[in-house]
Amino acid sequence: MRTVYYRDAVREAIDEEMARDPSVLVLGEDMGPNGGTWKETRGLWEKYGDLRMKDTPISESGFVGMSVGMALTGLRPVAKVMFSDFMLVAMDQIANQMAKITYMSGGQMPVPMVLRTTIGLGRSSAAQHSQNLNAVIAHFPGLKIAVPSNARTAKGLLKTAIRDNDPVIVVENRLHYGRQFELPDEGEEEELIPLGKAAVLHEGADLTVVSCSEPVNTCLRVAAEFEKDGIGIEVIDLQSIRPLDRETIIRSVKKTGRLLLVDEGYTSFGITGEIALSIMPDVFYDLDAPIMRLCSPDVPVPFSPALEKLIIPDENRIREAIRKML
Amino acid sequence: MQTEESKSLLRAMYANMLRIRRFEEEVFEFYKCGKMPGLAHLYIGEEAVATGACAVLRADDYVSSTHRGHGHLIARGADLRKMMAEILGRQDGYCHGKGGSMHIMDMSLGILGANGIVGGGIPIATGAAYSCRYRGTDQVVLCFFGDGASNEGTFHESLNMAAAWDLPVVYIIENNQYGITVNINRVTREHDLSKRAAAYGIDGVSVDGNDVLAVYHAVEKAVDNARAGKGPTLIECRTYRQHGHNGNDNGAYRAAGELEHWLSRDPILLFEQKDYLDPEERENVRAQVEAEIRDACEFARNSPEPAPETLMEGIFYEGGEHR
Repeated sequence: MRTVYYRDAVREAIDEEMARDPSVLVLGEDMGPNGGTWKETRGLWEKYGDLRMKDTPISESGFVGMSVGMALTGLRPVAKVMFSDFMLVAMDQIANQMAKITYMSGGQMPVPMVLRTTIGLGRSSAAQHSQNLNAVIAHFPGLKIAVPSNARTAKGLLKTAIRDNDPVIVVENRLHYGRQFELPDEGEEEELIPLGKAAVLHEGADLTVVSCSEPVNTCLRVAAEFEKDGIGIEVIDLQSIRPLDRETIIRSVKKTGRLLLVDEGYTSFGITGEIALSIMPDVFYDLDAPIMRLCSPDVPVPFSPALEKLIIPDENRIREAIRKML
Repeated sequence: MQTEESKSLLRAMYANMLRIRRFEEEVFEFYKCGKMPGLAHLYIGEEAVATGACAVLRADDYVSSTHRGHGHLIARGADLRKMMAEILGRQDGYCHGKGGSMHIMDMSLGILGANGIVGGGIPIATGAAYSCRYRGTDQVVLCFFGDGASNEGTFHESLNMAAAWDLPVVYIIENNQYGITVNINRVTREHDLSKRAAAYGIDGVSVDGNDVLAVYHAVEKAVDNARAGKGPTLIECRTYRQHGHNGNDNGAYRAAGELEHWLSRDPILLFEQKDYLDPEERENVRAQVEAEIRDACEFARNSPEPAPETLMEGIFYEGGEHR
């Protein structure tokens, strides 16, 4: 194993896929000489040139729609929308065009493109630069959505997404770019993490916690604490929310009888409610407690650190939620 | 336009305008008797735009279309049978009944798709143009949209990028005077829409959109420039939507005498008045088109409705490795 920054794992994924396949190109905000907003594409503009690492104007509808046109004509574009919030500016192209063209065309036209974007609470970026909109994009049939929680999944999911023949939105977490994670050594067999497959990152027999993105790492720390007290918390990293790996969740809940869903998105009409109801027919008689959830409350993300810290599913809140269920 | 070659082009253009007209009339008939589900956005009155523009293209070029797209698809050589079957929501349609009138696509003809969202196709066409540049081909994209779409944000975003990067795309505003029921002059101060080209530093020209040769020559010049790497052009084709916005709209909001004026400038009538083709030849073309239309309607009528088990098919691409 080696220790790498998350941003370098993202760069490796893009670099390897661009080197492997000449139809792969990158476009979006700050993708050119700046090397990415978080330096996650540093050096690639110099290596692949301006046509393949294209800085766009701040025209989200325009360049997401252009990516759709590229995907329809033989390319595999990887577009970058800096923050999830900005996807709302491009929502027609995402939800009406990118997601639906394959179905509307009677299945004749693939749309092999990737849209990278970011989420992440805790940086005082307020209500229009912090939102977790996973539930919004997950609502539309036709999209695949990957949500990595560490450098290994960021690289493995992104590589798979680029090779996929359908539109995939990869939701990275900006808190991760400057953080170091473990990654298999270079030269080892490349890892392509399948879309629609969750991972059990910590095994336990007493309660299942399901999450994605940064809260997964928080849950792992909490699970390690409980373990010292002899309480087994099983932590599942969704990795993808579309397709949703219901089977892995169901198998775990049948074992533990308890399920806590943790998500940084708004509580109401979010992915936690959807997961709970979609597995209910399969786990109803196995449950020892009601399924519970811990999310960000239904409030726009506040600016002041004093307020923002109140909405983050942190270790204290997760620990407390678990205790209430045991 | 004297040579034998130009004669055959004129004949093809005449046939295509008639084909669109007769196709749309039959669509409207299906609509009126309840056999066409959904909305009928008819291209009647605008035939010269699609016909003149698409006549310029090569087989490997691309076209992007709109909700009022039947004319573009026919002018690009789409299969009338599969079009009509799709419009009736049948299994043998282009999209097996999944898309309908506003979503017909055919990549084998470079048709990037009609589009139900006004302005939705403009960035997609622009991306296809980037793709042509990227792949090092000299293909060109024709991007059709209406005066309504020219007031969408995607118009600005796309023209700006295409201009910045000299992309091989020709933007064609079909100014049919109306966005749904609202006359363009009521919502826009500058009525010469091609002047907007200046804001992007590209060529812009307005032509009589009911004169098929005027359209042809303007688009020919723009396509030549695009193919030669000289970037995009904005062409405004001034035409008129002879029907309402869709089949339900009788156009009661039009000014008195407006429709009559434009009917006297009907693109097919204007063409016939020029005597490009002698009456006997015109009659031959009419008979040929009539047979094609009859055949398409018959095919569509006899095509089965899509089977219930196809409902969930095609949400994701199932056709194997795409390149």
